[in-house]
Amino acid sequence: MKRLLVGAILSLGAIAILTAAEASAGTLDNVKKKGFVQCGVSQGTTGFSLPDAQNNWTGLDVDFCRAVASAIFGDPTKVKFSPLSAQDRFTALQSGEIDILSRTTTWTMSRDTSMGFLFAGTTFYDGQGFMVRKALGVDSALKLDGAAICVAPGTTTELNLNDYFKAHGMTFKGVVIEDQSQLRQAYDEGRCDVLTTDSSILYSERSALKAPGDHIVLPEVISKEPLGPLVRQGDDAWFNVVKWTYFALLDAEELGIKQSNVEDMKKSDNPEIRRVLGVADAGGAAPGFGPGIGLEEDWVAKIVKGVGNYGEIFARNVGSGTPLNIARGVNALWKDGGLQYAPPIR
Amino acid sequence: MTDMSFQVPYVRDQEAPRLPPPEGMVGIAHWLREGYFRSVGSGLVTLVLGALAVWIAWRVIDFAVLRAVWTGGSRDACLPAAGTAAGACWPFVADRFGQWLYGFYPIGERWRVNLCFLAGLMLIVPMLTPSFPWKMQNALLLLVVFPLFTLVMLTGGNFHLSIADYATTIGFLLFLTCLVPVWLLGLAQGLLRNKIGAWLAGVAFVLWLAWIFAGPEPVAIGGMAVPLLPVSILALLAVSAFLAVRLAIKGAGRPGIVVAANWGAVCLAALAILVFLDADFGLVTVETAQWGGLTLTLVVSVTGIIASLPLGILLALGRRSTMPVIRIVSICFIEVVRGLPLISVLFMASVMLPLFLPPGVNFDKLLRALIGVALFSSAYMAEVVRGGLQAIPKGQYEGAMSLGLSHWQTMIKIILPQALKIAIPNIVGNFISLFKDTTLVLVVGLFDLLGMAQTGLRDASWATPTTAPTGYLVLALIYWAFCFSMSRYATFTERRLNSARAR
Amino acid sequence: MTKDVTAIQGDKVPMWNDPKARALAIQVAVVAILAVAGLVILRNTISNLSRMGQNFGFAFLTKTSGFDIFQALVPYSSESTYARALAVGLLNTALISSLCVVASTMLGFVVGVMRLSKNRLAARIGGIYVEFFRNVPLLLQIFVWYSLIVLQTLPPPRDAYDFLGLSYLSNRGFMVPRPLFGAGSSSGLIGLLVALAAAVMLRRWARRRLEETGRSFPTVAVSLALLALLPMVGLLLAGLPVRLDFPVKTTFNFSGGLVIAPEFIALFLALSIYHATYIAEAVRAGVSAVSRGQTEAAQALGLSPAQALSNVVVPQALRVIIPPLATIYMGVIKNSSLAVAIGYPDLVAVGGTVMNQTGRAIEIVLIWMLVYLSLSLTTSVFMNWFNARMKLVER
Repeated sequence: MKRLLVGAILSLGAIAILTAAEASAGTLDNVKKKGFVQCGVSQGTTGFSLPDAQNNWTGLDVDFCRAVASAIFGDPTKVKFSPLSAQDRFTALQSGEIDILSRTTTWTMSRDTSMGFLFAGTTFYDGQGFMVRKALGVDSALKLDGAAICVAPGTTTELNLNDYFKAHGMTFKGVVIEDQSQLRQAYDEGRCDVLTTDSSILYSERSALKAPGDHIVLPEVISKEPLGPLVRQGDDAWFNVVKWTYFALLDAEELGIKQSNVEDMKKSDNPEIRRVLGVADAGGAAPGFGPGIGLEEDWVAKIVKGVGNYGEIFARNVGSGTPLNIARGVNALWKDGGLQYAPPIR
Repeated sequence: MTDMSFQVPYVRDQEAPRLPPPEGMVGIAHWLREGYFRSVGSGLVTLVLGALAVWIAWRVIDFAVLRAVWTGGSRDACLPAAGTAAGACWPFVADRFGQWLYGFYPIGERWRVNLCFLAGLMLIVPMLTPSFPWKMQNALLLLVVFPLFTLVMLTGGNFHLSIADYATTIGFLLFLTCLVPVWLLGLAQGLLRNKIGAWLAGVAFVLWLAWIFAGPEPVAIGGMAVPLLPVSILALLAVSAFLAVRLAIKGAGRPGIVVAANWGAVCLAALAILVFLDADFGLVTVETAQWGGLTLTLVVSVTGIIASLPLGILLALGRRSTMPVIRIVSICFIEVVRGLPLISVLFMASVMLPLFLPPGVNFDKLLRALIGVALFSSAYMAEVVRGGLQAIPKGQYEGAMSLGLSHWQTMIKIILPQALKIAIPNIVGNFISLFKDTTLVLVVGLFDLLGMAQTGLRDASWATPTTAPTGYLVLALIYWAFCFSMSRYATFTERRLNSARAR
Repeated sequence: MTKDVTAIQGDKVPMWNDPKARALAIQVAVVAILAVAGLVILRNTISNLSRMGQNFGFAFLTKTSGFDIFQALVPYSSESTYARALAVGLLNTALISSLCVVASTMLGFVVGVMRLSKNRLAARIGGIYVEFFRNVPLLLQIFVWYSLIVLQTLPPPRDAYDFLGLSYLSNRGFMVPRPLFGAGSSSGLIGLLVALAAAVMLRRWARRRLEETGRSFPTVAVSLALLALLPMVGLLLAGLPVRLDFPVKTTFNFSGGLVIAPEFIALFLALSIYHATYIAEAVRAGVSAVSRGQTEAAQALGLSPAQALSNVVVPQALRVIIPPLATIYMGVIKNSSLAVAIGYPDLVAVGGTVMNQTGRAIEIVLIWMLVYLSLSLTTSVFMNWFNARMKLVER
């Protein structure tokens, strides 16, 4: 009898696990059903994802998720954010805890292939840089021989740093601290001469220093760090929604569609703009791009109304008016000499 | 014959006049000499320590009050003017305090957290007050109703349980019902006199296994898809349970009716819990990813301590068991866990637990951490309970044995109530450690009180040299207030127990 | 009912009522459950790992680590292997824990005695110290020590506190001269061993003399002198092959010398101060447990207060103090893993980096478990031995 009981308990456990493992429908359908997008963001990076005291998240990564929510629901607030550490961000996406990971994550081959993710695009072209005190009089990373360098552990940053110094026959003393705010404080208090991480974060860290004006970011960028949102492999419909949300943001900027003028633009005669905004042509036939990816006809209009175009998002979060004060540079549209290039919506 | 008459001795009937204390034993001078300047060395120590204490106190007051910034909306308010040192940046704390308490919990829903906190307070205070009656009922509320209430309140409930979940639970309850005669009449009688019931239950169990391995294939009967196997299992179990209850009532008479009725109540309660979890109370769902701050600290530590109690008791009993396998398994678990740092246990729970489960199954991040914390703390709890068990004199066991109580009856009715009472101060001590240790969930990416504060420190709009000191000062005071009051309570209980035993 | 009972009473006790058989069945069941659970976990793990394109094994330990560690007790560079990196972490854990054990014990004894002092201010301050530092999470204390005290109050390297040009203290750490041992330094080691042996012999001899003649001998002072002098003598005989490498100021920093990192200083302070509170409580309990009559009896025998303390009170108090000390020391070792929060490269911090780079979660966690278990075990074995030695031999 006792053994029977044991068997019963075991099989109960098995059933519980079996029921838990029920196959999930497509992510897009799930998202529509539950009524919001679950978006993985960082635990706090100025300009990319940062909560204020009222739990309102701001930043470029955050606004991208809002854009996806706008495309689906026409409402940028239908999104919930999961703050994730660098370590558990991939587990969270893999396990389905979140629908999109938009957390200053570098697009690399292994992540895009063997780890089972797909990158939807590059929302920010970044690279690893160095920040030093102006007072040191250093103007190039090649003059950093022997410096003490603050760096976060276990990231590609640390390995890049080793490679760069070895390649140039220099040495450094690494100060390796996991927690970002501790790392910044260590640099600020002079524990190390140099702070190295992705340049975008360098700017955000600089804005939080005691005297931001006393520090400069060196011109050298020692790695390619294309940052972008990613989703799970094997769900093409959802991947398309995320990918084309990104392209729509770029196309909207290219066509001059802004948050403020999107309603006027709907009356535009430019067939390309009409196509993008999902306005029916003279014959009354709708362009049908939105329905093609499971969304409404006016999905782009909703995105732009919700969060603006890529240029507006950039300017609002990291651009010249913000503490980060990052120039568009490589993140400008292709026609302005940058790398941001989107296939046409047609 | 002795002389019967004797002098009545002098008995004072008035109080003697009080003499003044000796010269030099009163007044400030004496107080100073006795307490502070007994010798040259003592005097030096007093001076040095006094100077140190005054200096530290002055530094803290100077920082927190005199030079503090009280109002402002951003870092500019707290940045010191050139050449001066700034004091505490209180607007930062005011701005962030809600977040420190509730994490990312939606602001409009914070009343739910408050309600849970109030409910917990109203249950815990009478529980910890020795003179308050109804301890049993209170414990039931605190350990069963309150966790369920909090679970539904904090998450929003509405767990969307499937029919399979209900069926599984009902099946399991029916299966346990088949064991009622065994409980009443003993293993042999319970089985022998309920042969049909036992056989039916056995068949149901075999079908159950078949169902697991064959998969839940519904069979079409009359145009309707009927999950044949589960339905027949439930039917078999229902018949078997009915037979068992009938036997219990017939065979054991009045006690049988009582047991059957109680068991029925338990079953109904279990089903009621399911319905409660499934019900839609119109609360907005709040994912655990949004929990944080002091709320999360309390959730993790309270869940950890409550979950570790039963586990710890089992492990402690296992450690004292006469069965070598059980003893060795318990000792190994306790000693291994006690030898490991909590950080590595948390890493294991958050990184390795997903690897142990079948592909596609995953736990919530918070749940993973909770499992880690509960396992960790159960090993310490086991040692505390063992201490309590060891303090019970052998006579208690022998007395129970002479009354003819079985092992489990002895434990549940005689030994554990006394042992746990003795262990209360140490259990509170364990809770204090756990409360402090919850700060470590920071390393697996959960935002407890400390984690939340660290997030606030990352915000560039509040980055000043005094932000971090101010934040840490407040945090230290919050943690200190919690831990200190609990440790005072532990001391109080200990003293009470000691005096009670001395009587 | 009676019919059934007689039916059973007739022959021997049925198997399920035999306690031995029942115990056996339960144990078999427990083993079976554990085995099944283990197998299921193993199967799941293997399938999960293969799904992620990994396999279990320690071969990765021989690969080049590629990252640097700023404090290494054995030669290490980014060219070294992962195994060596972990060994460096282990040594750092051992270093910080052993130093903190010593420091917290000394501080704890002082505070514990302070709390029992007749000087009310000392007693009160001891109490406040214990109640404050014990009730604030260690992680918070580490943050405070590191980012608020060590990094903020110490000057930057340019304005480092200069100790006669021999040592410098700044927020880059404490730079002290590093002894370089040349050939022939082993004579110093031999001197040390000889001194140790001599100290042990001396102790035995002094004890025998005390028991035979009642005359005491200043064993501790003489032993310390021996331990200090004999290695020097050894080195002198070999022609003083030791040089000191002094720290020198450079553009950014200091070069040469031995650097005691600020992370180390902060962790050392935080761990020692936190655990000293527990030791102080143990000491207070131990000393209070010795009844006042013992001191009075010692005074009646004509022992001086110092003699009474060292020969009568402390040996008895130690009996009560040592058992909790074992637990506290294990706590020091375990809590040294909080180093990861401020980047002191202990075993957990280095292991975490390796885990991040190689994705070898299971292997690293296994290594952690093994190391911490053996450290804890060693501590508890040593403390048990010490406890057994210190136990009062009851007649």
